[in-house]
Amino acid sequence: MSSPTNDRSNLDLETPDKTYLDSNELIINMGPQHPATHGVLRVILKLDGEKVLGTECVIGYLHRGVEKIAENRTYTMFNPYVDRMDYVAAVSNGLGYCEAVEKLLNVEAPPRAKYIRVILTELNRIASHQLWLGTHALDIGAMTPLFYTFRDREEILKIFEKYCGARLTTHAFRIGGCQYETYAGFEKDVKNFLAFFPPKIDEYEALLTTNRIWLERTKKVGVISRADCIALGVTGPVLRASGVKWDLRKAQPYEAYSDFDFEIPTGENGDTYDRYMVRMIEMRQSLRIIEQAVNGIPEGPIMGKVPKVVKPPVGEIYHSIEAPKGELGYFIVSDGSTQPYRVRVRPPSFVNLQALDVMVRGLLVADVVAVIGTLDIVLGEVDR
Amino acid sequence: MPNFIMSFLDSKAAVTPGAAGNQFWALMYVLIIFAGVSVAVICMNWIERKALAHFQVRLGPMRVGPHGLLQPIADALKLMLKEDIIPAEADQFVFWVAPLIGLLAAFTVYTVIPFGPSQAVSDMNIGILFMLGVSSLGVLGIVVAGWASNSHYPLIGALRSSAQMVSYEVAMGLAVVSAILMTSLNTSGTGTLSMIGIVQAQQQQGIWFIFKFFPLGLIAFAIFAIAMVAEVNRAPFDLAEAESELTAGFHTEYSGLRWSLFMLAEYAAMIAVSSIAVTLWLGGWMRPFPNLLHAAAWDFIFSLFPGLTFGGLAAIALIGTARMPAHSFFKIQRAGLAVFAGLLGFIALLLLAIAVAGRSADASLAARFNEGIGYVYWFVLKVAVFMYLFIWYRATWPRYRFDQLMRVGWKVLLPISLGVLILTAVVGVIVS
Amino acid sequence: MNPAINSALNAGMAPVATPWFFYALAGLAVASGLAVITRRNAVHSALALIVTLLSVAGLYLMLYAPFVAGVQIIVYAGGIMVLFLFVIMLVNLERSAKDRQFNRIWPVGLAAACALLALFVSVIVKGRALLNDPMTGKALWPDPVKKLAESSNTQQIANMLYGEAGKIGEYTFAFEIASLLLLVAILGAVIMTKKKI
Repeated sequence: MSSPTNDRSNLDLETPDKTYLDSNELIINMGPQHPATHGVLRVILKLDGEKVLGTECVIGYLHRGVEKIAENRTYTMFNPYVDRMDYVAAVSNGLGYCEAVEKLLNVEAPPRAKYIRVILTELNRIASHQLWLGTHALDIGAMTPLFYTFRDREEILKIFEKYCGARLTTHAFRIGGCQYETYAGFEKDVKNFLAFFPPKIDEYEALLTTNRIWLERTKKVGVISRADCIALGVTGPVLRASGVKWDLRKAQPYEAYSDFDFEIPTGENGDTYDRYMVRMIEMRQSLRIIEQAVNGIPEGPIMGKVPKVVKPPVGEIYHSIEAPKGELGYFIVSDGSTQPYRVRVRPPSFVNLQALDVMVRGLLVADVVAVIGTLDIVLGEVDR
Repeated sequence: MPNFIMSFLDSKAAVTPGAAGNQFWALMYVLIIFAGVSVAVICMNWIERKALAHFQVRLGPMRVGPHGLLQPIADALKLMLKEDIIPAEADQFVFWVAPLIGLLAAFTVYTVIPFGPSQAVSDMNIGILFMLGVSSLGVLGIVVAGWASNSHYPLIGALRSSAQMVSYEVAMGLAVVSAILMTSLNTSGTGTLSMIGIVQAQQQQGIWFIFKFFPLGLIAFAIFAIAMVAEVNRAPFDLAEAESELTAGFHTEYSGLRWSLFMLAEYAAMIAVSSIAVTLWLGGWMRPFPNLLHAAAWDFIFSLFPGLTFGGLAAIALIGTARMPAHSFFKIQRAGLAVFAGLLGFIALLLLAIAVAGRSADASLAARFNEGIGYVYWFVLKVAVFMYLFIWYRATWPRYRFDQLMRVGWKVLLPISLGVLILTAVVGVIVS
Repeated sequence: MNPAINSALNAGMAPVATPWFFYALAGLAVASGLAVITRRNAVHSALALIVTLLSVAGLYLMLYAPFVAGVQIIVYAGGIMVLFLFVIMLVNLERSAKDRQFNRIWPVGLAAACALLALFVSVIVKGRALLNDPMTGKALWPDPVKKLAESSNTQQIANMLYGEAGKIGEYTFAFEIASLLLLVAILGAVIMTKKKI
């Protein structure tokens, strides 16, 4: 596939096709209310019959001004807001933000806090992938995996609820460590989950992985090449499925990830099926990480030496982590006061969404839905 | 007049009312089938919702009536009472007539479906041909419905769905012809196109056609089983009804009662094509092993099955009653379920009584009822297995994309069915 | 229905209320035929044509030709009319709705139709008295339709097309040639429409 062009709009909607009435070209609007677009995403498709000639995404329907709000809140007060961006993987959002501020403050969370953070983040990765799997399968027509994944996700959400009181928008971490000690029975619950979950992944795979219809709907659909991925800045499972072995947990280890032994799955073709397999294997690898972590949680304090009023020195920092959807980055500029001067979030879904146009050129309309699903976008973080 | 009415019950010849020229009983059969199919569709609605829910680890309707048993009635009432919306630009007459075409096509097929050797409305000489023709008329209903909505998306959905139905009709027809070829291998007489004749040919040859010339009968049955799912627009070929596709299908603009007519036509068509599959390959109304286990004792044991089935259902309902929470909120539901269990138990006892009373093979009323009930029971049981399979497919599999669907129909099913047809003919000639 | 299996059918079908059915079906056929040419909307014409074809199928049934009736429904009403409807729906309809309903030379058409009608009427009137054709000596009017066994139509068509008891049928060769022609037509259609095979 040729490299993506640099023009702003591929569709030239201002001058409509003069031959519109007689030709087969058609401009169709998909969304913003649509059962398949995982949020309020509007996709304008230019079709030739059933084939897609080009797309344009219109976003902003969920823009809440989170980054502007950050300029008027203290660092600690802003912590709950970040959960609401990628609301499916709230724990990862919190982790990235807390780590970024900790780097600004030049403090480090104690080892026990790091282990707890890793356990919760990996559990959240599994939960996020489960939601992705359920909705992606539903878009392609398989109704049942959705219910299975949501039922199994309940176990993870129960652990979160017992730990910090919330299931979805957890606000689990604090700047400098964790606020809550693990509750009595935390290790037992996590270990039960570790025993409970692998047969469930097998169940999901039994339904989908070798199913002929699933293979036909996902193989060779939405192919994106290595070069295009790197050129567009796509990260996460999408990048890894195109063959690039890049995972920030290994490349730029943060938290306690360097203590653990796990693998980074990659795909070969960069199609929807490879992205599906990469995420399934990632779920299993997350289980490995959790097992190693929960078996070796060190004793100690859970909160580092952080002053009561968080006032980082003047400076700026960009810190990114490997969220379930890709590289989630925080660029924080501090002017020395208790409120940040600027918080800029680099959401993985926002950058990955650019790849939609490259992926769907030449596909049929029914595949657009599958490709949007395979990108695993959450509009909360695309729009912020 | 009473003689005229009773003449059918008294006649010893096992002949369908149509063939006997008995218009009154033919009309009776038509009304019974119409009512029966409507009730079956309502039951199917409940079973589908409950079975789909249980596949998806949830419970399904539980509130309307005990365990949701009255849910289909509530749904039917709601649809009837909904506002009837007709798009302003739509063609009024055609919009009105489109669901009727589909409904007519679906229900007319039942004229030839045999529930027993004389339990059919009319045993036409060209029964299978009639069935194929009338089900191809159903396509017209869909095409016209999509066009009458005067909107781009329903039209595309209707044309896609009708292209799909027409493509799979070809493979279906060829699979049917393979089964018809097998009827010509009777020891006496020639092959036949009539539905009752096909089942009787299976009876005479002593083998269900699904097992004949193994694996040819099985492959022909498999092709028909796949093509019939595509014929009725069910998963995994339900692109036309899919919610997550852009085109919401040909029935987008239909609301309320009109939409329910489409659903009625779809379920009736499902039952009709399953009945065709059962008649052609699974031995129709015959009980299992009629030739192998033909002693009177075996006949008696198999004639107990209808009563035992209802008895089992009654037992399940009773267990449900016992497991209802002992809370005052559930008093009415518990009572309702107990009444339902009682009703099922009553039917079970009645059937067992008929089975016991009619166990001698004489021409008494009880014996003939017993025989008739046995035929209808085994037929309906086999069709019920197919209905469950339809629901199972819908719960398990994703749906095909349209071009993949057409590819499967033309490039996979059609060559295989042609091959099976030729091989069946060759093997048939060699054997006879 | 296999007469050997079910002997009750050897008696044959007793026709019921023949004149009523005939007039009803024929009237329906004529009325819907008129509707085909007088409707402004092409889809209405197609639907009326379907009604015409179905009533003709009914008339075939009355002539003891159930196989032909069944094939008429499958091929014409179920296949060809669906194709007509596809084409009508894919073609831009607004243009044709503004066209004139009948073109300008309709008096000539009417005159030709009246001449044909006069020819038919004169044949029936003049020939009603004659029983045999003066030139060839064969009977002009065939016997009234006999009560035939229900199985005969399918059987006889099969015999004529495929032969029976070791002989080749009368029309087997023509049947095979026709199937070859259809194959050539299909191939031609595919070649003409595909840009590259």
